Amino acid sequence: MRFLRAIRRNGKATTGAILLAVFVLLAMFPGLFAHKDPNAEIYPRNLGPSAQHLFGTTGLGQDLYAQAVYGTRQVLVIAFAAGLFTTLIAAAVGVAAAYLGGTWDGTLNLLTDVLLVIPLFPLLIVIAAYVHNSGTVVLIAVLTFTGWSYTARQLRSQALSLRNRDFLAAAKARGERAIYIIAVEILPTMSSLLVAAFLTNALYAVLFASSLQFVGLGDPNANSWGTMLYWAQNNEALQAGYYLQALVPGAAIALLGAAFALLNYAFDEITNPALRPVRGRQRTRRLAGLSRA
Amino acid sequence: MRFVLRRAGFFLLTLWVALTLNFFMPRMMPGNPAIAMMSKFRGRISGQELATLETIFGVNSGQSLPSQYVHYLGDIFTGNFGTSLYFFPSPVSQVVRGAIFWTLGLVGITTILAFLLGTGVGIVAAWRRGGLMDSVAPPVLVIASAIPYFWVGMMFILIFGVKLQWLPWSGSADITATPGWSLDYVGNVLEHAVLPAMALLITTIGTWTLIMRNNMISTLAEDYVRMARAKGLPSSRIMLDYAARNAVLPNLTGFAMSLGFVVGGAILIEYVFNYPGVGYMLLQAVENEDYPLMQALFLLITVAVLVAILLADIATAVFDPRTRSAQ
Repeated sequence: MRFLRAIRRNGKATTGAILLAVFVLLAMFPGLFAHKDPNAEIYPRNLGPSAQHLFGTTGLGQDLYAQAVYGTRQVLVIAFAAGLFTTLIAAAVGVAAAYLGGTWDGTLNLLTDVLLVIPLFPLLIVIAAYVHNSGTVVLIAVLTFTGWSYTARQLRSQALSLRNRDFLAAAKARGERAIYIIAVEILPTMSSLLVAAFLTNALYAVLFASSLQFVGLGDPNANSWGTMLYWAQNNEALQAGYYLQALVPGAAIALLGAAFALLNYAFDEITNPALRPVRGRQRTRRLAGLSRA
Repeated sequence: MRFVLRRAGFFLLTLWVALTLNFFMPRMMPGNPAIAMMSKFRGRISGQELATLETIFGVNSGQSLPSQYVHYLGDIFTGNFGTSLYFFPSPVSQVVRGAIFWTLGLVGITTILAFLLGTGVGIVAAWRRGGLMDSVAPPVLVIASAIPYFWVGMMFILIFGVKLQWLPWSGSADITATPGWSLDYVGNVLEHAVLPAMALLITTIGTWTLIMRNNMISTLAEDYVRMARAKGLPSSRIMLDYAARNAVLPNLTGFAMSLGFVVGGAILIEYVFNYPGVGYMLLQAVENEDYPLMQALFLLITVAVLVAILLADIATAVFDPRTRSAQ
């Protein structure tokens, strides 16, 4: 409840939340918003926008608007699933390393560091090149497998600072098992960090998945924004002047990404008062100055 | 000294992990892409190339896995990456060398510019808290960070290339131009670099600005800054010598690391603009199933990052005494 009120009070958070809600609606009920079949190649090719075809048609004669609407689901599923799994693995590894200490910490921390410095996008490209035509599940798996290290390191240092607190000593004295202490005692205290990590990871999942699809490493028959961009590029849509074919899916990705980024930024402001805009403070200072004069 | 040695050990370990990943990935994939691919190439390529492919995929070699592995490591350390299948008959190392040149020029210079500009904007934004720059820049930059940067490149092509016809948008120079250090050719190359460089700049500046702004905000709250103000020092001196100088330290490490990411960091920009750098070549290799080239480029990108991180660590140890005693 307090969280909802904070979202409503922060302009950036409100914008982000509304954007995200719209995309979730589109992903859940695409049929309500688009009445054409996104895959049917039955219309004249490369049409401009019209009342019949709001965004025109593709080089294969599909309705671009229907494609954009139906494409929402896959991106959103990838964003939420990869964002969630990445954060969960990161939490498990990071907190376990910090809490267990010793050899566990050494091993897990080394694993995290190694994965952290191997360049992510080239690695994704190489894996996807061997897999061929990655579908939704493969994309989620690959993004999760490669993407957890940064969050794990963040959560580890946060957990390290909690390690010697009394409530953990108390739990230990009660004879609780390590898994219980990690899941019930430590993780809830880090909920704000976890939410922020989830939002960042979801944003990266959107961008990376779309990028892989754009260069033709996704499933070329999938309904997704990245695949739409792939076909636009293949069709040389920009050079031929069919700019909506590239504009629409790119703008959709940017808007969804912006939703996650805005929520994350606002979340930063809500949890870290030092970063909040200073408008209020300045006004009082100015008033104080006036009264003195 | 112990710090540097430990970092060097980490460097070697990570290098080994990357090499090993490169070795095992094609062998772990389901459905064995090797067999399908080699039957596709058979008859079209010479025995020598077939041998290269066989070493990469580890089929038909009659060797056990461990001995293949040793053989593979030996090849890497002697710089023997085999022959490129797509750019036949050029050896992989020659293709790679050509690609590095373009990437270092385009992405390297852009990375340095982005760091300088972004840090400058961050300093001013934090110094004038609540001013125009501070209230407009951060939210704009946050939204910009969510835009896929290859798409920014596509929009640049559309606006400045196709619509306005101001600048060329494909390749590193006109095909008709003769390479050399002539004024014409260099001008042509620069012209071709403007659009990809702008697209890269716009999408990378934001990160530096945000980090610098947030660092500056915490530094400005320090006592020594208040002390400087109390002494009545000119504000430009407080801003640059007292606050910015300390706030930029953590950024320097990031900058050194980003220099490592230069080699593989603009894959999609190069792809969109058909710029013949490392990233473009990597995607060409993937598209044409040129696995020897792909493996070599992936290793190159990884090694560049690792070297940069090692150097950044050493530089930090030299410049920031606080880290020397850490752990």
